[in-house]
Amino acid sequence: MSYGIDTHGGHGTDLAQVEGDPFADPGLPHHTPRRTDIDARAANRAERQVAGLFGLSTILTIGFIVAFVSIDKEDTMYVVGLGTINSLNFALGVTLGGSLLCIGFGAIHWARKLMNAEEIVDYRHPMKSSPEDTADALELAKQGVADSALPRRKLIWTSLIGAMALFPLAPVIALRDLGPLPHKKLRGTLWDKPEHREIVHANDERRLKPSDFALGTMISAKPNDLESLEDLAKAAIVLIKINPQEIRSKELADRGYRGILAYSKICPHAGCPLGLYEDETHHMLCPCHQSTFDLADFGRVVFGPSARNLPTLAITVDDEGFLVAKGGFDEPVGPTFFERGDA
Amino acid sequence: MSTPETPAAPPSPAAKAGAGVATYLDERLGTNAAGKKNLRKVFPEHWSFMLGEIALYSFIILLATGVYLTLFFKPSAQEVTYDGVYAPLRGAHMSEAYASTLDISFEVRGGLLMRQIHHWSALIFVAAIFIHLFRIFFTGAFRKPRELNWLIGNGLLTMALIEGFAGYTIPDDLLSGTGLRIAEAVILSIPVVGTYVQFFLFGGEFPGDDIIPRLFIIHVLLLPGIMLALITVHLMLVVVQKHTQFPGPGRTNENVVGFPLMPVYMAKAGGFFFIVFGVCALLGGIAQINPIWLFGPYYPDQISAGSQPDFYIGFLEGSLRAMPNWETNLFGHSISWNVLVPGLILPGIMMTLLAVYPFIEAWVTGDKREHHLLDRPRDVPVRTAFGAMSIAFYLLLFINGGNDIIGLTFDISINNVTRFTQVALIVVPPIVFVITKRACLGLQRADLNRVLHGKETGIIKRLPNGEFIEVHAPISAEERFSLMQRNTYAPLAAGPATDEEGVPTPGHKVAKVRAKLSKFWYADDMPKPTPEEYAELTAGHGHGDDHGTDVEGHGH
Ligand code: HEM
Ligand code: FES
Repeated sequence: MSYGIDTHGGHGTDLAQVEGDPFADPGLPHHTPRRTDIDARAANRAERQVAGLFGLSTILTIGFIVAFVSIDKEDTMYVVGLGTINSLNFALGVTLGGSLLCIGFGAIHWARKLMNAEEIVDYRHPMKSSPEDTADALELAKQGVADSALPRRKLIWTSLIGAMALFPLAPVIALRDLGPLPHKKLRGTLWDKPEHREIVHANDERRLKPSDFALGTMISAKPNDLESLEDLAKAAIVLIKINPQEIRSKELADRGYRGILAYSKICPHAGCPLGLYEDETHHMLCPCHQSTFDLADFGRVVFGPSARNLPTLAITVDDEGFLVAKGGFDEPVGPTFFERGDA
Repeated sequence: MSTPETPAAPPSPAAKAGAGVATYLDERLGTNAAGKKNLRKVFPEHWSFMLGEIALYSFIILLATGVYLTLFFKPSAQEVTYDGVYAPLRGAHMSEAYASTLDISFEVRGGLLMRQIHHWSALIFVAAIFIHLFRIFFTGAFRKPRELNWLIGNGLLTMALIEGFAGYTIPDDLLSGTGLRIAEAVILSIPVVGTYVQFFLFGGEFPGDDIIPRLFIIHVLLLPGIMLALITVHLMLVVVQKHTQFPGPGRTNENVVGFPLMPVYMAKAGGFFFIVFGVCALLGGIAQINPIWLFGPYYPDQISAGSQPDFYIGFLEGSLRAMPNWETNLFGHSISWNVLVPGLILPGIMMTLLAVYPFIEAWVTGDKREHHLLDRPRDVPVRTAFGAMSIAFYLLLFINGGNDIIGLTFDISINNVTRFTQVALIVVPPIVFVITKRACLGLQRADLNRVLHGKETGIIKRLPNGEFIEVHAPISAEERFSLMQRNTYAPLAAGPATDEEGVPTPGHKVAKVRAKLSKFWYADDMPKPTPEEYAELTAGHGHGDDHGTDVEGHGH
């Protein structure tokens, strides 16, 4: 064989027998007794310490019960370094933690001071079975195979493999109703529906008017009569007002209303809601992975991991002067999915 | 301890009762034979062997506190209006899951403590697994016959990360919901099936009503069940294969030296369990963690800035932040590399490399022996350097997960932090590799120097020629053995390309690759002196005039 290991051998095992080998294994060092092994007073002291710890644990457990029944769960207290905290939680944690620690330290102190401290040696055996055992096992296995009649009855073997390969399909199929098929659901939002085109404030759901905006204002909004979080997760928008001269293109300005522009609030990278808008630069920053979009320039990505610009929503005002969407988004909002494509 | 001949004392009532129970069990289960084998089983001692124990104990604490939480937690996305004692949120709409977590925190006495113990022990659990894994890696404890346990450990690590993420998510607060949204985007990015997987997992579009109860059952039954089974096998393998030990005088590959299970390890390990539990309980009492009431309930259009996931998810956050914004659109379909690579492919590669490392190393060394003695990290420089390099890579990702915080703290633009990370991810690991390898070889050299020249005594002597030198004292046989017992491998040879008749040797190309790798692994190791060389080099020792002997260049 051209390969295989070539070692100088672990000194100490192989070379231990060599006369005068400077690297020979000198064997286990002698056991040095502890103080508690030779001094009865030290040993007695250790016993009292262990018992003291176990006793303290008992007291702390009783303290836990007392705290549980006597401290009001809304009480707070001031603890140096921790500030104002819930008294009950503090008392319960300290008594429980203390009682457990006392048991732990007691047991370890006992082991270290009073239990026999002489190391003992156990021998290992190779994991591999002995050749006799292996031969016996092989013999038994052969007998088993012969008894099964399999070698002569190939048909059983083939059909069994087929059956075993197919039966997992049943449980897999049974999972079918975990959810509906995606169809085109990820492509649209509630704005596509004419009855959901009123733009309302994200928190108090009042309808928004152009007069709610000064230069630099940012307001989070959503469509009227929203029913589910699933709709909100796609339809959420932000509106900002930019000085119309600073909007990069007429096309974009036309999608807005007198400098008010509407963008999806859902980051095209991984779906986090956008939140940090800087008025001077018109940059919108996603707090999750810092994709940055230029809202004066069609939501162009100026930095970060987002591969897509932030989608705009075309808006206008209705007869009563309230802001409304002209239609849905031109493209799917939120994170990319396989069937999305460039559209 | 020798006892003088005293008449045997009558057995105490406790001993009698113990013997009674043992007999009862033995007559039904044959337990006495198992006891004979295991009661005095030897476990070697070293502080680093406690890391796995910490992981085990925190898992037990998680089971206990987790069961308590299930008694009060309502895994439901049903919307409710909060009217509990926490005033700032009264009247807010939220899921039942979030409301019940508020109730656990404010209405159930001891509930907040249990929640906080649960969360602290979750962090300790994952951290202990990581450090335990480092111990196994750097000491070579994964080598034959323990490769299978390495794989089980890897499975446990992966599941622990998912389990932690699921637990973190089910309270349905604003912070964890945001994490879930990102996880959803990662699932959507899977080519071909991603959209379907997402719809099946969430029962429709994000967020839906199904994900909280589904994550709940994954969190409290599915994963804990599998993990419990795997942990049991993991520990059974440790018992069957016996624990590894660090080399030292009297500690060989054929024995195991340490303290017996009964009573020393029962007391030490049992005591240590209570210490871990006690620390978690204390933390739960004094250190607030995951105050979900401050984050508010989850709404998919709300976000809090500067939010951070639990530390073990940080590297994924960092990789998502560091990835360039690549996406491919072809034939009406999209592949978002910017999410797929950092969210799935990179962690997949990292976990796979970790899992197969023992097999790669065994192949390169050609070493088929059983190993029960641990390596000192310096003695295997290339492995140690690989480990350090991987940790550096992981840490860079982790740090980039907080790039906004770093940017704010040090007043650097976040963009620059990210660009720095992108470069560093490629440049730093190789540098760490080289530095670590050199440091290991340096330490090997220092060991060799110590063996050949002894230790410094601090005594300065003046030679007749006026030169001052420090007297070196020879080291003990124990230390000499410990420093020099390591394996030394010679790089494998590829063998001839053709056999005697000129027929190409099958597999020669593979053998050549392997020989190259093997050379890379071992060519720089410091050779160990043979006993003869040792005798030669140390002749005249103890006179203090051996100062000029330089180990470097020896053995070539
Ligand atoms: C290996 C294990 C586990 C890890 C890493 C883990 C982690 C977590 C985390 C990080 C949380 C969030 C806690 C918070 O609100 O701050 C959590 C919540 C929870 N866990 Fe676990 N857990 C584990 C095992 C279990 C088990 C075995 C159970 C039950 C049998 C359980 C039951 C729960 C419940 C009911 C909650 C939600 C209640 C709440 O958050 O207050 N966990 N888990
Ligand atoms: S989700 Fe916005 S940058 Fe990732």
